[in-house]
Amino acid sequence: MSPFLPVRLAWRQLRAERARLFSAIAGVMFACVLVFMQLGFRSALFDSATALPQALQGELFLVHPLTTALFRPESFPRVRAYQTLAVPEVALAVPIYMMQSIWRNPVNGSHRAIQLIGFDTEAGAVSFPGLTELIPALKRPYTIAFDWKSRPEFGPVAAMIAANGPLHVQIGNRDVEIVGTVALGASFGADGNAVMSETNFRRLASKRDPSNIDLVALRLRPGADPIAAQRALTALLPGDVKVVTHDQLVAWERNYWETATPIGFIFAFGSLMGLIVGMVIVYQILFADIASHLAEYATLKAMGFSPGYLRLVVMGASAILAGLGFIPGILASAGLYDVVAKATLLPLRMDATRGAMVLALIFGMCAFAGLLAMRKLRDADPADMF
Amino acid sequence: MPVEPVHLTNVGFAFGDGALRRPVLRELDLTVAAGEVVLLTGPSGSGKTTLLTLIGALRAMQSGSCMVLGQELLGASQAARVALRRRIGFIFQNHNLLGFLTAAQNVAMSLELHPDFGDDAARFAEAERMLGRVGMTEFASVVPAKLSGGQRQRVAIARALVAGPGLILADEPTAALDRQSGRDVVELMRDLAKRSGMPILLVTHDPRILDVADRVVKMEDGRVVG
Ligand SMILES: Nc1ncnc2c1ncn2[C@@H]1O[C@H](COP(=O)(O)OP(=O)(O)O)[C@@H](O)[C@H]1O
Ligand SMILES: [Mg+2]
Repeated sequence: MSPFLPVRLAWRQLRAERARLFSAIAGVMFACVLVFMQLGFRSALFDSATALPQALQGELFLVHPLTTALFRPESFPRVRAYQTLAVPEVALAVPIYMMQSIWRNPVNGSHRAIQLIGFDTEAGAVSFPGLTELIPALKRPYTIAFDWKSRPEFGPVAAMIAANGPLHVQIGNRDVEIVGTVALGASFGADGNAVMSETNFRRLASKRDPSNIDLVALRLRPGADPIAAQRALTALLPGDVKVVTHDQLVAWERNYWETATPIGFIFAFGSLMGLIVGMVIVYQILFADIASHLAEYATLKAMGFSPGYLRLVVMGASAILAGLGFIPGILASAGLYDVVAKATLLPLRMDATRGAMVLALIFGMCAFAGLLAMRKLRDADPADMF
Repeated sequence: MPVEPVHLTNVGFAFGDGALRRPVLRELDLTVAAGEVVLLTGPSGSGKTTLLTLIGALRAMQSGSCMVLGQELLGASQAARVALRRRIGFIFQNHNLLGFLTAAQNVAMSLELHPDFGDDAARFAEAERMLGRVGMTEFASVVPAKLSGGQRQRVAIARALVAGPGLILADEPTAALDRQSGRDVVELMRDLAKRSGMPILLVTHDPRILDVADRVVKMEDGRVVG
């Protein structure tokens, strides 16, 4: 049986009741937007959470085995960095310090936690976009480079520098000079970042023991095999450090957000709630449509339309609602992504894979609602028609 | 094998189970010959509608034999009953037209059940021709809500007859109409059926239309009494 005729009948029936049709479309659209936002936030979280490890150069890294995520690293002895030089593949070892400190907004004085990242900027082994030009200026005491992708609560720093040149701010009650900006990205773990030389990091973290570091980036000699080097280093170094590749470092960070926090679950749950709400709305509409047309459906049965034809009418209606709700849904979501990305600086954008996935979810949601509503067809008894 | 379109022998039917069981039809015999117009009358509650739903394969048979258009309905499968309904034209007391379709679309629905009939354009053209035969040409693209009771019943007749059914079943088709349009509708129905040799079994209370019939069958308390 071709589905064309029953689907056309479904469309004619839906079209006849504008108010009901529009509330159904609004319901599907609502579910669509909800799911898009949840999935968008989820993937933006995982993208942004790994912004720091993604940006770090290095073939291999040393981290403390108990470090759960880079925004709160466990530190280990600085001497581990030098020990790696005993392995012939290692060309350079760059110790990296990380610490959360308090930033004072230069405009309104409000306080905010900021992640400080300190390393040997002059060596050029580790860099961020925009850092190279700032290296000479960062040699001066109490200077930092500010991550312009930090959240807006840190103040309009980039604009102020562009207008007036170097800017003085307070970090951890110390006066520091911002000599320029770099690009790194806010994440759920760190609202903002500041990059500085090792010496300046020690000046700002005076209470910290400088012989303890948080991360080491290793640069290997050209042509060296990172896996062989990883094996040699693991054999050489004591158990207070773990040797990981760049991919493993990114995966480590990602894994923390996915499994050790409820965040992944929360977004999956949020998506599910959106789908359930949408399903209930579509079910109500389809059910009401059948209930108010019971006499018509019974007449069709009396005329000899098969139960399969009538089921196709209901499924056709649910597919039409899915399609009609999805189109405004994806457009609204793309618009909302832009708005939210601007407000939060999270990397939210629409892509084809997610679009296809939500399309499938919405059709599944409507199909499920259709299957539930279909049971109402049984109440259409052609024997009651006379 | 009987050649009559409708041939009932010893049909019994009861609603309810156990202590609530209420027989509605008992030892009922009835025949409608080819091309015959039979009117079924009798007091309210005598079982006329129930009988019509059994003949129309809208209800499952309980006992006796009910041959309709060559199909035995006692123990017939759901699929066989659905298939038989396609060969019967039903006219209900209420027009039961689909409110969201125009008159022509309603009539064309009947033809969707006959795939050999052709495509959408062929169905539509046939529906409009049939509307012409019931005098409704200019209302082809009007929805039922905008038609009078008599006009709706004409569209319902067109819908029942358009596919050339082997039998027409009508249950009090004039009950919702005034005297004159009721008379018109029944005469129209009879004339169309006579022209194509379709038999009609029509239930009515209305004594004013008894003269259109070839034969009047009276029912009382679940039995045919003459
Ligand atoms: N669905 C039903 N369930 C139970 N009893 C019914 C049902 N339909 C009809 N009846 C009963 O069966 C009897 C015959 O009804 P019906 O066939 O409608 O008679 P008529 O059409 O001659 O008025 C009535 O007493 C009626 O109350
Ligand atoms: Mg009755």
